[in-house]
Amino acid sequence: MMFEKIRERLSYFVGLLAVVASLGLLFILIYDIIRQGGGALSWDFITNFPSRFPAQAGVRSALFGTAWVMIMTAFISIPLGVFTGIYLEEFLSRGVFKKFIEVNISNLAGVPSIVYGMLGLAVFVRAMALGRSVLSGALTMSLLILPVIVIATVEALKSVPTTLRWAAFGVGASRRQVVFSHVLPQAFPGICTGVILALSRAIGESAPLILIGALSYVAFVPENPMDSFTVLAIQTFNWASRPQEAFHERAAAAIIVLLILTLAMNGLAIYLRARFAGRKGAR
Amino acid sequence: MGLLSEKPQGLPRKEAPLSLSLRKVAMAEKKLTHTSLKRSWTSPSSSLAERSVEVCLALASLVSIVTTLSIVTILLMEGGTFFSQVSLWDFLTGLQWSPLIEPKAFGILPLVCGTLLVGVGAMLVAAPMGAVTALFLSEYTSGVTRTVLKASLEVLAGIPTVVYGFFAVTFVTPLLKGIFVNIEIFNALSAAIVVGMMTIPTISSISQDAFQAVPQDLREAAYGLGARKFQVALTVVFPAALSGFVASIMLAFARAVGETMAVTLAAGATPRLTLNPLESIQTMTSYIVQVSMGDTPAGTVEYQSIFAVGLVLFLMTLSTNMIGNWVVSRYRQKYI
Repeated sequence: MMFEKIRERLSYFVGLLAVVASLGLLFILIYDIIRQGGGALSWDFITNFPSRFPAQAGVRSALFGTAWVMIMTAFISIPLGVFTGIYLEEFLSRGVFKKFIEVNISNLAGVPSIVYGMLGLAVFVRAMALGRSVLSGALTMSLLILPVIVIATVEALKSVPTTLRWAAFGVGASRRQVVFSHVLPQAFPGICTGVILALSRAIGESAPLILIGALSYVAFVPENPMDSFTVLAIQTFNWASRPQEAFHERAAAAIIVLLILTLAMNGLAIYLRARFAGRKGAR
Repeated sequence: MGLLSEKPQGLPRKEAPLSLSLRKVAMAEKKLTHTSLKRSWTSPSSSLAERSVEVCLALASLVSIVTTLSIVTILLMEGGTFFSQVSLWDFLTGLQWSPLIEPKAFGILPLVCGTLLVGVGAMLVAAPMGAVTALFLSEYTSGVTRTVLKASLEVLAGIPTVVYGFFAVTFVTPLLKGIFVNIEIFNALSAAIVVGMMTIPTISSISQDAFQAVPQDLREAAYGLGARKFQVALTVVFPAALSGFVASIMLAFARAVGETMAVTLAAGATPRLTLNPLESIQTMTSYIVQVSMGDTPAGTVEYQSIFAVGLVLFLMTLSTNMIGNWVVSRYRQKYI
């Protein structure tokens, strides 16, 4: 009896310990980054271009490059992803073709990001001759996060009750009206959450951009979609792979900027999801 | 992955029979009253706006199919050119990989070995942690606690992988140096540890879904026989959802194999056929990065070799993912 009681208690604490250890690792990671990079973080760091001299190196071109790529990626991938999701869930009747697209998308979601980089290199950079430009980067990133947005859209649409569709059809709405005026507004928060999570993944992604030839040393701000560029994650990678300690400090500072961006987006997504879940419960 | 779960749809999908009958009525009306009611009685689904919306949506969804086709085509085409210069047999069985230094050798086994070393090592970290976490979240917590803990664990997966690479080089490796004296600056172990960290949420979240999908009846039957919570969790819930747990490991393993930036920073660039995690190795992904960072002109064997390596990587992750997704969809059908 005594043994069983102890075992019950112990099992609870082992479980708790695993969760706490995972979260502890997260905190150690964040603490260590701040400890290493906090000192280098300043206004100059944000506004300076990268430099051979660690003390003057900054992330200006990387920040602008990230903004360029992310905004263009959003404009390309959100319509494509949301439309695909709507078509799959609301228009396509169940059958072999639907199954085929679904399997295709869930497999695309598992393709390593670097393979998307090879696709971008061969198709956008070379075959379409867009060069090592912001546009090539944004197109590649869009394909990378497309499956994530599609899956999020489908899940959000699935959570809208079928009775809502019935009611709209019942008063004579067409399928287009049902979907765009009734179902989509209900699914909107869910889709937003998915889109934000997908974009926050894209912000931290650098492997495909290295493949398509984003540069690691850019001393200018891209001014049109055909300019060459760098992004925060690549700038970080470049500084982190140098042997000098002083550049590691810069890398850590760039990571802080990167983490603030991704964690803020993650937080926004979680907040939206929580609000959305609350509304669903009230129904 | 959620795409695979089928939900019964009460709604007639393509065209509501209602509108069909409406069309018949409309045709009958037309004969009687000519044009007066025509507009409002025409079946809405046949209008031009309806059609064009559907066509636009269909075109958007074609992009995903075109993407898959292009990936396969490009890997096969560029890989094919590579295999016209290097024999497939030498590529698959060669024990040495030195594409940039003479004498050139293109045996992929060292890269596969390095990739598996990191991938399996990561799973040794992530699988136990993920299993215990998932079991804890599913059986010992509920409500807000569960939601909050799950959401905070997801943050681990949201951190950019380049950050993990930096963490491995500047924190994990120095820490390991205190334990293993002869560890190299770049080593497979630190890469495996951080890749394991980032895949914990993949395992814990999918496994948790599987554990929670185990019918309550099974638990209650065990409780009725006098079992305690720990016994129920370990001898009833875990075995019942074992396939889901295995699937989560496969999906996480595919992610670990395709992981690029952390591995490139932490594991080094020494293609080596070794099982010693303390040595510097090279994975398939970090080889691809190494080549594309350099100035290798298109058309050379080195350039084409990244597509051949990419093809192997793609096939490895695709097969693992497909099996994992298939198992996940199976247990969903079984219990939900």
